[in-house]
Amino acid sequence: MKISGAEILIKCLKKEGVKHIFGYPGGVVLNIFDILYDEKGLELFLTRHEQGAVHAADGYARASGKVGVAIVTSGPGATNTVTGIATASMDSIPLVVFSGQVPTMLIGNDAFQEADIVGITRPCTKHNYLVKDINDLARTVREAFHIASTGRPGPVLIDLPKDVTSGMAEFIWPEEVKIRSYNPTYHGNKWMIRQAAQMITKAKKPVIMAGGGVILSEASKELKELAELTKIPVTTTLMGLGAFPGTNKLSLGMLGMHGTYYANKAVQDADLLIGIGVRFDDRVTGKTSAFAPEAKIMQIDIDPTSIRKNVSVDLPVVGDVRNVLRDIIKGLKEQKGQWGAVRSSWLKQINAWTKERPLTYSFDDKVIKPEFVVEKIFEISKGDAIICTEVGQNQMWAAQFYKYDKPRRWLSSGGLGTMGYGFPAAIGAQIACPDKLVIDIAGDGSIQMNIQELATAVINKLPVKVAILNNGFLGMVRQWQELFFRERYSHTNLDVIPDFVKVAEAYGAVGLRAEKPEDVVPVLKEALKIKDRPVFMDFKVDWREKVFPMVPAGAAIDEMIFDEEKKKPEKKLKAVK
Amino acid sequence: MRHTISVLVENKFGVLSRVSGLFSGRGFNIESLSVGETIDPAISLMTVVTIGDDQIVEQITKQLNKLIDVIKVVDFVEFEHVEREMILVKVSPKKNDKAEFLRLAEIFRGRIVDSGPTTFTVETTGDEKKIAAFIELIKPFGIKEFVRTGTIAIAREGIKKIK
Repeated sequence: MKISGAEILIKCLKKEGVKHIFGYPGGVVLNIFDILYDEKGLELFLTRHEQGAVHAADGYARASGKVGVAIVTSGPGATNTVTGIATASMDSIPLVVFSGQVPTMLIGNDAFQEADIVGITRPCTKHNYLVKDINDLARTVREAFHIASTGRPGPVLIDLPKDVTSGMAEFIWPEEVKIRSYNPTYHGNKWMIRQAAQMITKAKKPVIMAGGGVILSEASKELKELAELTKIPVTTTLMGLGAFPGTNKLSLGMLGMHGTYYANKAVQDADLLIGIGVRFDDRVTGKTSAFAPEAKIMQIDIDPTSIRKNVSVDLPVVGDVRNVLRDIIKGLKEQKGQWGAVRSSWLKQINAWTKERPLTYSFDDKVIKPEFVVEKIFEISKGDAIICTEVGQNQMWAAQFYKYDKPRRWLSSGGLGTMGYGFPAAIGAQIACPDKLVIDIAGDGSIQMNIQELATAVINKLPVKVAILNNGFLGMVRQWQELFFRERYSHTNLDVIPDFVKVAEAYGAVGLRAEKPEDVVPVLKEALKIKDRPVFMDFKVDWREKVFPMVPAGAAIDEMIFDEEKKKPEKKLKAVK
Repeated sequence: MRHTISVLVENKFGVLSRVSGLFSGRGFNIESLSVGETIDPAISLMTVVTIGDDQIVEQITKQLNKLIDVIKVVDFVEFEHVEREMILVKVSPKKNDKAEFLRLAEIFRGRIVDSGPTTFTVETTGDEKKIAAFIELIKPFGIKEFVRTGTIAIAREGIKKIK
């Protein structure tokens, strides 16, 4: 029996196990939305902007580990997804985005609401498709889900011309996916794995640097086993927060530009750096020529292009992180090393660094310190919330002062650094995990980039909490201006900031405000009681507060500046790019 | 350094743009590009010549491998190989120069494929150096038109890695 392309698409989504979609209708996707009108078991969440739809699908994917799905219309609907797709691409998040397209015969004619979205998204997708024949539709959807979720995951876009979704064809579901040119390497080379085990045994001062790849390959258990077996301290990248328990004795917290003193020190002093599911981003390495100067570098990653991209690697192991770690652990267990004794002086040294400069801030009883808010969020949520962030100071404080003990509890735009990501991502995460506490830690600048999604959260009765660290500035940029641009605050003072309490109320959400440090806990407790709608918490925080430690751009990661040096920045800060 | 890279791809629309995008995205120019079907019409072979920093070219070849539609990538910088390019050039030598021009063409194993009252069109093939030398020598005769196919390359039998 022949059915329409739109029906084929919906059948494909159900075959792929999709339950929730995010989207926004429009002219050329009317056929699809018409089928969704009666569809049970496949729920579409209408966002208020296509960017919000893609971020929500992304948050859904990060929180659940499933593929996030979004459907939008052609032209502006499609171009509005680009930021969301690029965000997912930089952080390797599996998404399948469907965009409507004008009928095939009109493509290239500058038709109404036409955009070459396949061309536009080519560099920011893992792969993309233009379906020109309805008979290719089912296979294309099958391939897209396969590509998005396997290997190094990433977003895939499928462009659907209107005549394809309105045309008629038989529905034939390809049970098997075969793409001859796509065969990710899942198992590490045996010789390399033996070498890896030997390097770990020989190392006196090893450090593990764990990244987002550990979370994507569900390898947290193996990472913990490796670290505890061999007593190797673990630092995580921003994307790796939660890959290793933040409260574990061996945890050094985050490294890099705003990493801890002891993590950066340990990396710079290490004789072996084990990068697991990381890509040595510039925010992590600082000046690459001065990065981990004493260390042999081992890198485990499923994507060969991540290896030797930014730093030279002594031992690359290409494979799925979980498989490789299992094999290495097996090799190490056979060696029966006395790790505790071997590492004691190294761990003692790290302990000394931790004591020398712990992660801290100066509490104030008159004005709310943003770090204090994050700390209280951690305490009140017992460390078990899903934390989303925007980008900037809010993101860094949320990374530093909340301890992530489990994977998929930290959703943040690490690679692209997308302001406006956190709130729609929180909506997606809340839909994926209805019983979890989901909190977006935001800034007053970022939250305004997708504030329209309040409507999405209200209509779906989602109890997402948004903690706005309101300092009246684009804080991170202001911080750079203060430190490196002689306090010339060019266009970072937001001047007119809406009354967030009233904004929330106008949408039918709850708005709360804290102006003094003693208000913080009551406001948080009040917010946590609300279970049937979103809450905006407006924390009026100290605008002068900066994120420390900080590695200036272009410096080595142990050339950090700290809070007390803020009055004499010219001394240490020379290399600014 | 000059790299001749051969890329085996699915013969589909949009693949060329994916491949070239990896070069243009890094501000690399493609010196020459030649594309054609292989014995299997579902597969095409692209030969790309580019000049750039070795490390960046290595990154590009890895990224090429990562493209879903790319089946295989070979950077010939690592292999003994044969390179060829074909040119067609229309020359209008003066009456007295014709004989010398034809002799020169012969030395370079050029073939006259067309001739008019005042012009010869000569076809020749060779590697980059031979083609460059030929062009230099015939310039004085007056080149009216000039086209080239772009380089193609093939590994020598019993591929030896150069290191």
